[in-house]
Amino acid sequence: MSPIPAVQKAWLPGALTPRVAINVALIAILALVPVYTALAGETFALTLFTRVIILAIAALSLNLIMGFGGMVSFGHAAYLGIGGYAVGILAKEGIASGFVQWPVAIAAAALYALVVGALSLRTRGVYFIMITLAFAQMIYYVAIGLDRYGGDDGLTIYHRSQFGAVLNLSNRTAFYYLCLGLLLISIYLVWRIVNSRFGMVIQGARSNERRMRAIGFPTFRYRLVCFVIAGAMCGLAGALLANHTDFISPAMMHWTRSGDLIVMVVLGGMQAMFGPLIGALTFLVLEEGLSRVTDYSNLILGPFLLLVAIAMHGGIDGLLAGARRG
Amino acid sequence: MAYLPGRAVAEALLEIEGLTKRFGGVIAADEISLAVPAGELHAIIGPNGAGKSTLIGQLSGEVVSDSGRIRFDGREITNLPVYRRSRLGLARSFQVTTLFPDFTALDNIALSVQAHAGHSFRFWKNARDEPELREPAQTALARVGLIERTSTLVADLSHGERRQLEIAMALAARPRMLLLDEPMAGMGLEESARLLEMLRVLKGSITVILIEHDIDAVFALADRISVLVYGRIIASGDPAAIRADPGVREAYLGEGAVDG
Repeated sequence: MSPIPAVQKAWLPGALTPRVAINVALIAILALVPVYTALAGETFALTLFTRVIILAIAALSLNLIMGFGGMVSFGHAAYLGIGGYAVGILAKEGIASGFVQWPVAIAAAALYALVVGALSLRTRGVYFIMITLAFAQMIYYVAIGLDRYGGDDGLTIYHRSQFGAVLNLSNRTAFYYLCLGLLLISIYLVWRIVNSRFGMVIQGARSNERRMRAIGFPTFRYRLVCFVIAGAMCGLAGALLANHTDFISPAMMHWTRSGDLIVMVVLGGMQAMFGPLIGALTFLVLEEGLSRVTDYSNLILGPFLLLVAIAMHGGIDGLLAGARRG
Repeated sequence: MAYLPGRAVAEALLEIEGLTKRFGGVIAADEISLAVPAGELHAIIGPNGAGKSTLIGQLSGEVVSDSGRIRFDGREITNLPVYRRSRLGLARSFQVTTLFPDFTALDNIALSVQAHAGHSFRFWKNARDEPELREPAQTALARVGLIERTSTLVADLSHGERRQLEIAMALAARPRMLLLDEPMAGMGLEESARLLEMLRVLKGSITVILIEHDIDAVFALADRISVLVYGRIIASGDPAAIRADPGVREAYLGEGAVDG
């Protein structure tokens, strides 16, 4: 008996659908950004796209729990902050090695996710959203209280994470490709996870948790592990972000940042592998472009997002794939 | 007055003793005692609001009982969580169909197979490519006559097909006991007939507790019937005995309802 062709969201090459074509084109364009900036002799695009890629990793991790797992975390920026602060604090204390900083960033974010998840995953809906938000606000104020590390003003990181002779993060192009590589690996990991047995449990629990328990799944522990995986991934994004901006501050985990991440996921298309990247790209480029043209960029961005949320089920990815659902 | 089972306790696969549940001032289950031996198809009937679904909920673990005990296969399960009971072999179908709408018919059943195939902390291999999950699921799908709907999303199945799928999911878990909560509700004549036939085939190989409004189906299928009224079992016995029971006729069936 041959395996049944899945109705899963195809994104790997196989059939050259518009969606696959666009995803491939997107990767190609991202890969060529440093070439463009080198030729044009400017660094602005490289800076912007580095940021796009890093936040795409954060949005990807949110898509894992929110899009696939139905866990709407409204405190996801906290993981960015924890990852960033792990790098910043260690740098300030003289531990510059990335081989230490990054694992610490990932582990700290994972640990935080474990605590938040253990408490919040016992609740549903609005309560879940509020608890994740409350925890993130707590971390935000803790960061403000860290006087030694800049408090409200934040902390400048004078040396990017050191990886010895292997890699020099101060080279913007090398750093860019590292981020891009990590994004693609992360997308691949999420794709494997989502289609594995574990992913089936996570998606089943989004769809109908009560039923999952009735057929014999202890759903809580699976959701919790998923929550921790997402937290760890976002912690890595935080470590990248701190290196990118050479700076950390409580602002990177302000609740509006969590909102931005949700917007990116919804905009790009929930449950789509490349949705978070498309969402981050659209969001940040629009934000950047509009802010140059007008002081009231949010006045345009807001209604646009509203339109996407109302009119386009499945976000931009949904458009590419054609009507996914009735 | 609690009904006491007449059969030897040792034979019973499921044993309920003094099971009680109150919702505020309403008694949904009032000292229910019942023993269901292995292989029996035991129907529970009663008017709306008699507490039938509550009893199913108590057995599956979704409703926590105020008092009383449940033993399954000689093991006390009164305080076990839902998923543990499921793993012991107690499967249920839901009255309101609660499948996973954005999965295909086969995906739904494969999930049920997966639930009983060890832990699911497996992050790498594509679950849709695992014959270990797909093949038993396909068998279960064929068993309920849905094989041509294998790749159809549940959202696109008819009501009757979903009900069949619901039972296929329960069966795919290879349960020792099946709790069926109004499996024929909302089904057309033809679909009902097919389901009835399926239950007839199943009968004997698996222990079933059946809640069903279709009285004709119940009397045709059941080995024994218990009548639940206001959370109490007022009678329990084989179909003939229930048919003849004056208390039952008065309380539930209505004069003449089961004649002929």
